[in-house]
Amino acid sequence: MEGYAVKLGDNIDTDLIIPGRYLVLTDPEELALHVFEGVYPGFHEKARRGVILVAGENFGCGSSREHAPIALKSAGVKCIIAKSYARIFYRNALNIGLPLLESREAPQLIEEGDLLRVDPEEGSIFDVSKGFNVAAEPIPGLLRDIILSGGLIPYLKKRFNRDAH
Amino acid sequence: MNIFEKILARASRLKEVAPGEIVEADIDLAMIHDLTAPLTIKALQEIGVEEVWDPNKIIVVFDHLVPANTVKTAELHKEIRAFVKQHGIKNFYDVGRGGVCHQVMLESGLVKPGQLIVGADSHTCTYGALGAFATGIGSTDMAAVLATGKLWFRVPEALKIELTGHLGEYVTSKDLILYLIGKIGMNGANYMGVEFTGPALSNLSIADRATICNMVIEAGAKTGIASPDLLVDEYLRGLGGGPVSLLRSDEGSLYRDEIPLDLDGIEPVVACPSSVDNVKPVVEVEGREIDQVFIGSCTNGRIEDLRLAARILEGRRIDRDVRLIVIPASTRTYLQALREGLLDVFIESGGLIGNPNCGPCLGGHMGLLAEGETCISTSNRNFIGRMGSPKADIYLASPATAAASALKGVITDPRRIDQV
Repeated sequence: MEGYAVKLGDNIDTDLIIPGRYLVLTDPEELALHVFEGVYPGFHEKARRGVILVAGENFGCGSSREHAPIALKSAGVKCIIAKSYARIFYRNALNIGLPLLESREAPQLIEEGDLLRVDPEEGSIFDVSKGFNVAAEPIPGLLRDIILSGGLIPYLKKRFNRDAH
Repeated sequence: MNIFEKILARASRLKEVAPGEIVEADIDLAMIHDLTAPLTIKALQEIGVEEVWDPNKIIVVFDHLVPANTVKTAELHKEIRAFVKQHGIKNFYDVGRGGVCHQVMLESGLVKPGQLIVGADSHTCTYGALGAFATGIGSTDMAAVLATGKLWFRVPEALKIELTGHLGEYVTSKDLILYLIGKIGMNGANYMGVEFTGPALSNLSIADRATICNMVIEAGAKTGIASPDLLVDEYLRGLGGGPVSLLRSDEGSLYRDEIPLDLDGIEPVVACPSSVDNVKPVVEVEGREIDQVFIGSCTNGRIEDLRLAARILEGRRIDRDVRLIVIPASTRTYLQALREGLLDVFIESGGLIGNPNCGPCLGGHMGLLAEGETCISTSNRNFIGRMGSPKADIYLASPATAAASALKGVITDPRRIDQV
């Protein structure tokens, strides 16, 4: 997958991603309109062409709201690369089929606007604009299966079908 | 094994587990509320599950937007009520019959030491006050739980907090947990289980322990547990339960880190805008002007918190430029506060009482902030935009500091209030 890098800092919390007053929304497209509202005006327009977020420590900290990864994915975020993630966000994002990569180096090397080519299965990141490769942490087995299925629901459906046969 | 490993091993039907291992565990209780239930129901429909795993182990609480603040919310509530009926879920706390989900859970008698509990809310870790391994999950994970009764967990590494000494007057468990988060940082316990133990634990009430365990998520923890003792047994008997077994860590259990914490050394603190680990002694920010004071939430809306705030406010008027919003965390708390005359104190001092719910904590309704305003709040998050405008400032504090600040109109050390 490909996308343009949007750089963010440490401790990006889920209230920043989608404020509490929008949690009554369940339609991904409606949620997408309010991503980073108030702190990053126009983000959803920028994201529409396909972006990859490149962030620091503890991305997605705070609330368990699954609206946060849903809104990001729906807005056009293809994948997130961060130094570390808050654990509930990590599970939620993988569960809805938004790939996450963990890399301590990548956020230091990649610059705003760089075109990135990412293979979440391999954990490889290629900065097309600058022409370098940088590795990410390998994703544990079970989580890889969930990502490859496209999220927890398709994964469970597959499992239920398999168990039924 | 430590308490986290013991609970996960029991729930996964394994003899032993070790940090880093991924286990599939049986869930004892699962809680959803009005803002996370809709996505859970949607995910369940997508999986194609027609029957939930066990309606008696599912708890549904309306608390985030109660009573419905908009037509959209009313429609969500209606949809959830239909789901509750369809699946025969008895533990349903509708408008006016429960309050903030985590306080409702603590009062329900359902939560017991040694249980593995998931909730579709990040502050589910609160139930560590009763010795349960409780953790927040998202809606899709919750759908998997409601469908199968199971969920995968990575066995966490553990952090031990050894408590000694005594909290001083007007120094509270909120100051303790804020101080700890300030010390270890917002991701200082990321993915970990935090165990609170040591000789000072016996001096901390279940309410204190709930405040402390509630906020371990603000340091990134998966769960927090106050090592259960006879106080837990007594508390559950008070709710009409029988004796419970108190599962504790073995002597010589392994921890990634151990931090000693002397309570005598803690003073009133606030978490300054806009991160929970930006913690400073109140004396360093005294005099900062405030517009709103919020006393409530799953962190500090219990009867003990209201008593403390009322003790400071009794016979006094709050500053004329400040609005005080008090929201008891549950119907039971509300009624108790009413009987004790605490509501009279709040109203006579110039405050407003809200019905039990999350209120302005998450910026949903009942007291949002305008641009340029400042709120001192007993809740748990001061992120940008959390309580309304992204240009408002939030200071997190104890009920004592919040009440003292309401009187003066500026951030105030509660230890000085008897002198003025």
